[in-house]
Amino acid sequence: MCKSDVQADLRAPFVYREDERIEKFDWGQIRRLLGYMLAYPKVIVFAFTATCATALVTLAAPYVVGRVIDSAIATGHTGRLITYCGVLLALYAVNFYASNRRIYYTNLLGQNVIRDLRRQLFSHVQKLSLTFFDNRPAGSVLVRIMNDVNSLQDLFTNGVINSITNMFTLVGIIVIMFSLNARLALVTMVVVPFMFLLSLRLTVNIRRAWQQVRLRTSKMNAHLAESIQGMRVTEAYARQDENQAFFEDMNRDYMRMFLRAQRRSIVFSPLVDLTGAVGSALLFGYGVHLLTAGEVTVGLLVSFANYLGNFWTPIAQLGQVYNQLLVASASSERIFQYLDTQPIVQDAVDAPALPAIEGRVEFVDVEFEYEPGRKALDGVSFRVEPGETVALVGHTGAGKSTVINLLSRFYDPTAGVIRIDGQDIRTVQTDSLRQQIGIVLQDTFIFSGTIMDNIRYGNPSASDEDVIAAACAVYADEFIRQMENGYHTEVRERGSRLSMGQRQLISFARAILADPKILILDEATASIDTYTEHLIQKALEVLLSGRTAFVVAHRLSTIREADQILVFDHGQIVERGTHTELMAERGHYYHLVEAQYRFLA
Amino acid sequence: MAGEFRRLSDFYRPYLPWMYLSMGLLVVTTVLGLVYPYLLKLIVNRVIIGHAYGDLPWLIAAILAAALVKGVFNFGQQYTGQLFGSRTAYDLRNALYHKLNRQPFSWYDEIHTGDLMSRLTADLDAFRMFLAFGINNLVNLGLIVGFSMAMMWWMNGWPALVMLCLMPVLGFAGVFFDRRLHKAFRRIRQSLGTLNSGVQETIMGIRTVKSFAKEDFELDKFTHRNDDYFDSNLSASNIWKWFFPVVGITGNVGIVLILLVGGWLVMHQHMELGDLVAFLSVLWYILWPLADLGFYLNNWTQARAAGGRLLEILEAPVDITTQNGVHRSPMRGCVCLEHVNVDYGENRVLEDINLEVAPGETVALMGLTGSGKSTLVNLLPRFYDVSSGRVLVDGMDVRQWDLEALRRNVAVVFQEPFLFSTTIFSNIAYGRPDATLEEVRRAARMADAAEFIEQLPDGYATIVGERGMGLSGGQKQRIALARAILQDPSILILDDATSAVDMETEYQIQQALQEVMRGRTTFIIAHRISTLKRADKILVIDHGRIVERGTHKELLARQGLYRRIFDMQFRDYDTHLAAVAGGFSPPKGGHHV
Repeated sequence: MCKSDVQADLRAPFVYREDERIEKFDWGQIRRLLGYMLAYPKVIVFAFTATCATALVTLAAPYVVGRVIDSAIATGHTGRLITYCGVLLALYAVNFYASNRRIYYTNLLGQNVIRDLRRQLFSHVQKLSLTFFDNRPAGSVLVRIMNDVNSLQDLFTNGVINSITNMFTLVGIIVIMFSLNARLALVTMVVVPFMFLLSLRLTVNIRRAWQQVRLRTSKMNAHLAESIQGMRVTEAYARQDENQAFFEDMNRDYMRMFLRAQRRSIVFSPLVDLTGAVGSALLFGYGVHLLTAGEVTVGLLVSFANYLGNFWTPIAQLGQVYNQLLVASASSERIFQYLDTQPIVQDAVDAPALPAIEGRVEFVDVEFEYEPGRKALDGVSFRVEPGETVALVGHTGAGKSTVINLLSRFYDPTAGVIRIDGQDIRTVQTDSLRQQIGIVLQDTFIFSGTIMDNIRYGNPSASDEDVIAAACAVYADEFIRQMENGYHTEVRERGSRLSMGQRQLISFARAILADPKILILDEATASIDTYTEHLIQKALEVLLSGRTAFVVAHRLSTIREADQILVFDHGQIVERGTHTELMAERGHYYHLVEAQYRFLA
Repeated sequence: MAGEFRRLSDFYRPYLPWMYLSMGLLVVTTVLGLVYPYLLKLIVNRVIIGHAYGDLPWLIAAILAAALVKGVFNFGQQYTGQLFGSRTAYDLRNALYHKLNRQPFSWYDEIHTGDLMSRLTADLDAFRMFLAFGINNLVNLGLIVGFSMAMMWWMNGWPALVMLCLMPVLGFAGVFFDRRLHKAFRRIRQSLGTLNSGVQETIMGIRTVKSFAKEDFELDKFTHRNDDYFDSNLSASNIWKWFFPVVGITGNVGIVLILLVGGWLVMHQHMELGDLVAFLSVLWYILWPLADLGFYLNNWTQARAAGGRLLEILEAPVDITTQNGVHRSPMRGCVCLEHVNVDYGENRVLEDINLEVAPGETVALMGLTGSGKSTLVNLLPRFYDVSSGRVLVDGMDVRQWDLEALRRNVAVVFQEPFLFSTTIFSNIAYGRPDATLEEVRRAARMADAAEFIEQLPDGYATIVGERGMGLSGGQKQRIALARAILQDPSILILDDATSAVDMETEYQIQQALQEVMRGRTTFIIAHRISTLKRADKILVIDHGRIVERGTHKELLARQGLYRRIFDMQFRDYDTHLAAVAGGFSPPKGGHHV
């Protein structure tokens, strides 16, 4: 790559990646997708019957109108006029009922399939390993569960049923036209191939043009949302003029694509009208010729004109179905890709639940690698008695987090065994294991809902009093009560109203309420105002007492209180012991502590 | 016309010729639409029944010609309408963006991103749609009804009367169903929004979900919302399932009535057969536009409401501007606050602040969350203005400074670093897009960011931000710091800028900052005393007042709030020292000064 290329790339004012959608037709995937419909055989039958009934009326009505003209009006037969109109009315009544049922059943079918598919996808994705989530932005997982599934809605609601009945209608119209008059049918149907061409080629082009518009819309929206969120930075750095130029370019590009798509869409219906007019011209030109020869009647010409008009709807719909299949093919590929991903950690079929534990933890020669060949843990062995606190110390990437991930069985070790109360954790149900382990993460995740709900997250059966008691125990009660609705204050947007320290206190309360025998704590590194920091230190003492605790520690005070300190380096335990022992050794640990002192001095 | 449209007229006035053209073309299109039924009537009456076969070729040619001309005019009518709408929307969008880029911080404190986004997208689109085809649809409906009724009266009064009876039925059905459909769609949107945010929350919080083994709980929550979305869709289809059949059957009953009435008239020679065929053709021409009446009316009310919401942004007052600002260069960085008070609504956030800072001095601010530290430093680049008192930079009130010049000379690193979705280079060069790579590297080195950036596979070309690769909080903050350093500001403000990094990294940044701060007036907000203690002035802020000020030594001696915080932070290390006495000796000077 030449240098200037790199430079241009480097200086891009903003970069918004596009998920360009590849279109390829894969029947295997479509078949698998259609399999979801088979769960509703009754609905399919009803929808199909109703759709057939409307198709039959479409076929019969023009014929009857022709009969009214020929055998009633032309002959001056009032009785027949009334009879035929009665028949027509009856047909339309059938059509009224049948289209009502058709709309109901096709929607029922489509919505059911969408609901099932989304539920299966959500439930499956939730079971996937953490690597799955670490490797992609949350947005892209969301798009699959929401947008990709929604894009199948059209196909399931209308596409499948309609395409079958449309074929049926088309064949029906051709058969009727030919049986009424073969030569006239042949001449007027000259326009049909053009209709097909219009329907397939033009609609695909139109859809592609709109796809381009959507890509630009989402880019522009991404920029707008980002601009709003980062507006303080923009104003602080007086970047308005450059951004305005960038936005106007983007806006102009969007308008250009939008108008292009409009041109393509708008040209469609005049073209359809034109083919219709050509059809009518052929019909009357040749029809009148046949009329003078006595081969056809006026009523028949009127019926033909109606049939010709009815050709268009099924052909247009077949074009739409073709488009829907292209869209569905792309979406289903992405959906099935997720569904076919297997979770790394799976329970054995007959795995028993882990009985209530005491909290004795043992690592025996544990090895682990996230990618083959790069050991994140290498021959790690240690033993922790119930109630002990272990501090895990070391640089980023030394292996502390891996120990925690393995203990809560987010991954399985590549070699060695992890035992809790003597039981290999791979032999028990993961759920029963995790329910007895509490984890407090660096950045506490707050769910939308009340503070009460958030504390109760790990123990849904806890009463309000229990929740308040837990909050009091970890010194969170004071700030919660100061909020406008106390424990019933709604926290939205991932708890942005709460400070870092407050969120941490809430996660402490959450953990203490769940009352696990084993607690894993990933201490936050962020600096917190001194008062809250003071509360957190006091809360920690409460939280750790009486349980086996693993702490990825940053606070010297936490480390010092630990019964055991494990110092990690490059996936191995390089030192172990109490604070006093390790300080006397003057090894890794000593230097880590010294570094902190140098800073504090 | 409604007030909203009048107030937005600056945006569409330049493009009104497009609309007039569109209207002209529309009238022709509508009239041409009635030519086909008329020609049909002629073919049946003159050619088929009257046996004037010589007329057939030109009648057929007329059908083709009318279709062709109508097609061209119809395209022109729609496209010019779209041009009118799109051009206006383009200008409007640029104006909104321009406005947003200048709204004061206090305005953003009140606003929700989601709400603003829906104004910029959905509301703008509703307004555009009305300009692009809403007006045309309403006019077209009027023209169709007018012209076709005139033509039918002219052909025969009785079947025309039948049509006249059907029209209100259709119009009423259209309005009746549209009102319900509108509600149903709103419910679908809300339900989809709830489902969407629920799924998003589960994905973002997946670690918490998994660690509490709450997958089943989340699945239940999801299923509940998924079912609600299902229900909302079905309830919309419960309206559809009546709307289409009702419109269809109304038209169909029309057919039967016209056949009966017209048939009787034809049989008794009161009307010709061709007129009957023409009537049937006109029926389909007016059926759907009438059924869509509800939609058209709704489009109008929606556009008005949307226009109103856009005006709220466009007409929002901009408090912080400079008309003829003075530009002093270079800025020396002398800062003076005189009797400054700041109120947010009822609350007094800062009270009687007096401060004098010489160029190159470092001022540290400390205090609890919400004590007013951030507000104080935000006054310098005029993110907020004082309620009373004065803020002087180089002896001149900041309100007289040219705003852009002022902000280019005052660089701020915010507590929560914000990175844009672009390369690391562009993020650092955000305030100076023309900076060379060498300058950016130098700034990164000073912010202790160069090392980790250069270790990334794409180096400075690595794309960060929401959809780019994830950086740790500390790394983001160092990039934000480099951004400020590159500005080469006379005044540097670090608003709790090192809170997300661990102590070791903070130590390294501190070392790097020593050099950066030399020759610049610097304001640092921090919680750790170790970060603040070298400052020339330390201010302890509590409830909007400066309660203590002085150097580290002076404040320790005073035994006040600062001393208490110091004791809290260092108690730990004292006891620790006692425990390992002799095992470890702190570097010279010790921690207790």
